[in-house]
Amino acid sequence: MANALINVPPRAKRGEIIEIKTMISHPMETGYRRTQTGAAVPRDIIRTFVATYNGAEIFRAELHPAIAANPFIAFSTVATESGTLTFQWTGDRGFSETASAPITVE
Amino acid sequence: MRAFRAALCLAALAASASAGEIPLPERRSGYDLMSGETRAMQDDDTANPGMLWVLEGETLWNRKTGDAARACAECHGDARTSMKGVAARHPAFDPAKGRPVTLEQRVNACRVERQKAPALAYESRELLALTAYVARQSRGLPIDVAIDERTRPFVEAGRATFYRRQGQLNLACNQCHDDNWGRRLAGNVVPQGHPTGYPLYRLEWQSLGSLERRLRGCLTGIRAEPYDFGAADLVNLELFLMWRARGMTFEAPAVRP
Repeated sequence: MANALINVPPRAKRGEIIEIKTMISHPMETGYRRTQTGAAVPRDIIRTFVATYNGAEIFRAELHPAIAANPFIAFSTVATESGTLTFQWTGDRGFSETASAPITVE
Repeated sequence: MRAFRAALCLAALAASASAGEIPLPERRSGYDLMSGETRAMQDDDTANPGMLWVLEGETLWNRKTGDAARACAECHGDARTSMKGVAARHPAFDPAKGRPVTLEQRVNACRVERQKAPALAYESRELLALTAYVARQSRGLPIDVAIDERTRPFVEAGRATFYRRQGQLNLACNQCHDDNWGRRLAGNVVPQGHPTGYPLYRLEWQSLGSLERRLRGCLTGIRAEPYDFGAADLVNLELFLMWRARGMTFEAPAVRP
């Protein structure tokens, strides 16, 4: 089960600085915890987050075990042209999730 | 002499603090006692992690399930209209069971009886998602549990639990939440204990959780044996707490530290 919340302004003026907010559902299990019987809980985290704007990478983040569950990542970029913003999260256990949002630049 | 005066002062403080029930206009949601950052997180639907469960709940609402292969939406239609206000009036009296039931129990009853699907476990992702989705439809509405001849005995039983000392620390709920709210317990502000935003995302849990999870945590904190999920004592206490918060604004899914 994975789903993401994306907030991209639907329209913007050319050259305007826009804020983009993303949140993804993920447990971010650190790998340092143990169960009540002492067995280690294997690490299960998102390792990288990449945002692309019409195919060009505009933002990238590396995630680590100390980051809380359901990572919330916000960043800003300059609205240059109409198109699509695509977000990709990849992580342990083959985790891969993609989401996208359209933007109209006037 | 100084020690004696200090003791007198303490006694006076204790007397002024044990003021009894909180007057209606002085009631505050835990929202008012938390930091600006956490408030901003709750208010922004794209920053509120509880919305992840709401989103999933919407998917589950429209998905056929169980031997009856029926979705919630087939009977209840659009939750945005049909479920409006529902969470704000639970626990509600169920004539078939002869007692009040929580929103979680209501969802599970519907699953077992109408969808012919197995009941969802308490605090499971699916149950939290469905209750969060239903509760979201009551956001902004006043809490309004029905108190009548049928439910009054259960409210009174819940009230008795609220005012009964229990656990190794020998504390009753009201000693913190009526008499000492607004003060600090370690680093945290003691809230008044109004269940205005459940199920809610607690940063400490890093997850969504139900009111029952919160109450069980509180009971463990006073070193009392927690009631089982869905236990009658717990439901009565929830009903009393909702009555105590009557008229307050429902804010699910809330965010709390």
